[in-house]
Amino acid sequence: MINKTCPSAAEAIADVFDGAVVMVGGFGASGSPIELIHALIDQGAKDLTLINNNTGNGEVGLAALIANGQVSKMICSFPRSSQSRVFPKLYREGKIELELVPQGTLAERIRAAGAGIPAFYTPTTVGTVLAEGKELRDFNGRSYVMEPWLKADFALVKCEVADPLGNLTFNKTARNFSPLMCMAATTGIVQAKYLVAAGDIDPEHVITPGIFVNRIVEVADPVHEDTLIAAGASYP
Amino acid sequence: MSTGWTREQMAARAALDIPDGSYVNLGIGIPELVTQFVPEGREFIYHTENGLLGMGPPPAEDERDLDLMNAGKKYVTAVPGAAYFHHADSFSMIRGGHIDVCVLGTMQVAANGDIANWSTGAPDAIPAVGGAMDLVQGVKKIYVITQHTTKTGEPKLVEKCSYPLTGPGVVSRIYTNLAVVDVTPDGFQVVELAPGVTFEEVEKSTGASILPAE
Repeated sequence: MINKTCPSAAEAIADVFDGAVVMVGGFGASGSPIELIHALIDQGAKDLTLINNNTGNGEVGLAALIANGQVSKMICSFPRSSQSRVFPKLYREGKIELELVPQGTLAERIRAAGAGIPAFYTPTTVGTVLAEGKELRDFNGRSYVMEPWLKADFALVKCEVADPLGNLTFNKTARNFSPLMCMAATTGIVQAKYLVAAGDIDPEHVITPGIFVNRIVEVADPVHEDTLIAAGASYP
Repeated sequence: MSTGWTREQMAARAALDIPDGSYVNLGIGIPELVTQFVPEGREFIYHTENGLLGMGPPPAEDERDLDLMNAGKKYVTAVPGAAYFHHADSFSMIRGGHIDVCVLGTMQVAANGDIANWSTGAPDAIPAVGGAMDLVQGVKKIYVITQHTTKTGEPKLVEKCSYPLTGPGVVSRIYTNLAVVDVTPDGFQVVELAPGVTFEEVEKSTGASILPAE
């Protein structure tokens, strides 16, 4: 029987290499795979290109990974928020690169990569500075900009329930980019709050089919970014 | 001395123009107040682009669910009949033309419907766009709620936006503290003046030519 479970977060992310492109699920705090990110801080891979909607908050999770000097480029839609301090400082100092992508285009570029579609056309950004230098094409009298797929070497995501085959369900708005990232990455790595036996998830209720997932680690009591920040925590 | 509309009255006025049964996406700030002024007998279904259709009001502090947020990263609730989905589905609702109305705040809006609400273009600013460019291109009707002028008295309704655009020619109607203004082929046109406000006051506070109400 196929079993994609891993005994620890450290083993699940052990082969993330210097220079890797890493997608990280989560929209702000919700759905952020804090334990996998902290394992990646312990592991120390550097010169990473990170893909997430944001750039992390406080001094934990994504923000801690960036603060630890492991990230050279960020691809995201909204790199600042009230609690984000690490990225803005490094960006102003010229120490980290930013590729700014509208949120819907970011999602679709990731989905396209997972679906084997190398590029697509969208009206989003037409007539704005974010379309500069990009190919435009008219369809039925309206202008569209071409956007390429966005692939990654690894995806780190958090889910609610997983089975050993990699079938996943998520919790509420913690789902966000995670199913897409599992599709678009060569190696999809998942931390699950509940690990159940094959067959325990109703096939009708599977959100991410196991074919998109490579490794699962059970994190039964995951910490939440907002809880850590409220407690004034930092990592490492 | 003009009186004009409060933030709540601007939101209430905008809500009047949203048809029953509409799928609605609300921007951060004054647009969020629209939920408090749904006209009697109408039902709106709120979409929040991080992955929820059927967003309800904020929860009591002790009833927060850390996995249930809106696009502004505030804790919310889900109404009976709500649905969760991933980002590609959520932005398919936006980009595929399935959302009926989007109500946004803005920094500037131009007489041709251009909107600038994502960046001042200042060299030291951290650019952040989120879903704004997807919304203005994909949603059927784009409404703007904004003070008529900035805190320093500069017009926000202008001939041409000086800030970087979010999207060209996308806004159809603007609700300010002074008036309801349409974007027409002939430029701005007043639809309705706030109580105690004269057309001349609106004209003086607008950075483009504006037509009186018909």
